[in-house]
Amino acid sequence: MIAKKSIKCLAILAIVFSSLNVFAGGGGNSEKGGQINTPEDIKGYIKHHLADSHDFSLYSYTNEAGERKHVGFPLPVIVWTSKGLKTFMSSKFHHNDDGHVVVDAGDVKLAKIHSKIYELNEGVEHVAFDDHHHATNAHKVLDFSITKSVFGMLVAGLLMFLGFGSLAKGYKKGAIPTGVGRVLEPLVLYVRDEIARPNIGEKKYKRFMPYLLTVFFFIWILNLLGLTPIGFNVTGQIAVTICLALFTAVIYLTSGSKDFWAHTLWMPGVPVVLRPILAVIELVGFVLIKPFSLLVRLFANITAGHFVVMSLIALMIVLKKDFGPVASTGMSFVLATFIMVIEVLVAFLQAFIFTMLSALFIGMAVEEHEHDHAH
Amino acid sequence: MDQLLNDFSPGLFFMQVIILIVLLVLLGKFAWKPILKSLDEREEGIQSALDQAEAAKKEMQNLQADNDRLLKEARAERDAMMKEAREIKDKIIADAKDEAKEEASKMIENAKATIKQEQQAAIAELKKKVADLSIGIAETVVKKELASQDEQLKLVEGMLEDVTLN
Repeated sequence: MIAKKSIKCLAILAIVFSSLNVFAGGGGNSEKGGQINTPEDIKGYIKHHLADSHDFSLYSYTNEAGERKHVGFPLPVIVWTSKGLKTFMSSKFHHNDDGHVVVDAGDVKLAKIHSKIYELNEGVEHVAFDDHHHATNAHKVLDFSITKSVFGMLVAGLLMFLGFGSLAKGYKKGAIPTGVGRVLEPLVLYVRDEIARPNIGEKKYKRFMPYLLTVFFFIWILNLLGLTPIGFNVTGQIAVTICLALFTAVIYLTSGSKDFWAHTLWMPGVPVVLRPILAVIELVGFVLIKPFSLLVRLFANITAGHFVVMSLIALMIVLKKDFGPVASTGMSFVLATFIMVIEVLVAFLQAFIFTMLSALFIGMAVEEHEHDHAH
Repeated sequence: MDQLLNDFSPGLFFMQVIILIVLLVLLGKFAWKPILKSLDEREEGIQSALDQAEAAKKEMQNLQADNDRLLKEARAERDAMMKEAREIKDKIIADAKDEAKEEASKMIENAKATIKQEQQAAIAELKKKVADLSIGIAETVVKKELASQDEQLKLVEGMLEDVTLN
């Protein structure tokens, strides 16, 4: 029953992806026919991939007529401009990413530069740039678009909802799960028994299980989605990791026990002179350093992983001149496959570490010292 | 750092916050809560089943011990009864033997007494017969002596021949 359902879901996903519309555009690379041959191009391409994007493009090619064709689908752009909320599809930008295409959204003009949407100043028709390629007559707007990352998060959320929803439903029929649940249940047990219980403690772990489970699977699924050729880089977006780390910080700071605050702000057992200094150090540690370490670790690992994989794939192009097409392709294939395998491990590891550290910090905050007088 | 700050998108952050909260609420309600509850229930079920099995095992052991004890007791009782029966039997036999012996000796005694009595009676009778005979002989002898001495002797001899000591 559940297996049938999941097949249905997969079928729907397949239909969605196969009905991708091909939409043409005069992209930034059009002057070279979109080809990427030089190390500079590769660098730009990787940078472009690591950044968020406003449309979902799978690949692009140049047809016989010399036109650049992009395969994928546009995503909705939702921006808060000085004239209020504006929404339109990202196809209006025609894959332009350097501000040359100006979209007229009623009373404001918008341009996209390096995956960021800029609002042109009043009365300006084109974006002007200074020497560092910074726009001089436009400013960024608040961008609530369903970008590729947001889309990825929605996909991950949907997958989680379907998978764990079916697992939850499966328990109504019997204590032993069937279908997808058989795979998911050990993972849930793993998070509970290896992450939550030992770090938070038997008494209090239950309250934090929903958060830890959600974060663990959310990060893991997004990390894995990032390794597919669809090319999400959600957990490599600093905004995403900041948000996740902030959630953890808010949770452990709001659930801190009396003991935790007593130990943080007025550490017993040390000379009174040192106590304020310790309080500052502890506070900075809990409010800034620990969340920062969380967000940077996830962000840096995933970004670096994507960077390395793409660089190794790019070896194929870079080394073609020196080693010939076969050797360079073989080399890049072997190396990229090797790194890809490691990245699969890293995808799990980073989800595990983030959840683990979240649980550890929560555990520190909710801990109650039974031997108070000993300090 | 500048690059990082430039990359940070407040809009994406906002969307992520919303998505995460929605996910937390929805998954918490429809997935995590029932899943964790079922897991806990299942584990408790398994634990209680194990406990029950352990208790049943203990009960069985107790029963077994009881059985063994009962069996032992029954065996001991049987042995005691058999011993008692044997003793009774031996005693009965011994008693019977004693009684028989006593009876026999009494009978023998009686017999002996009777024999003695008879013997004495016989002797007395014999004595009397001998006396009578002697008197008769003496009578006859005395009578014959009166005729001749030879006659007398013949008579005595003849009479003695007749007399047989019975």
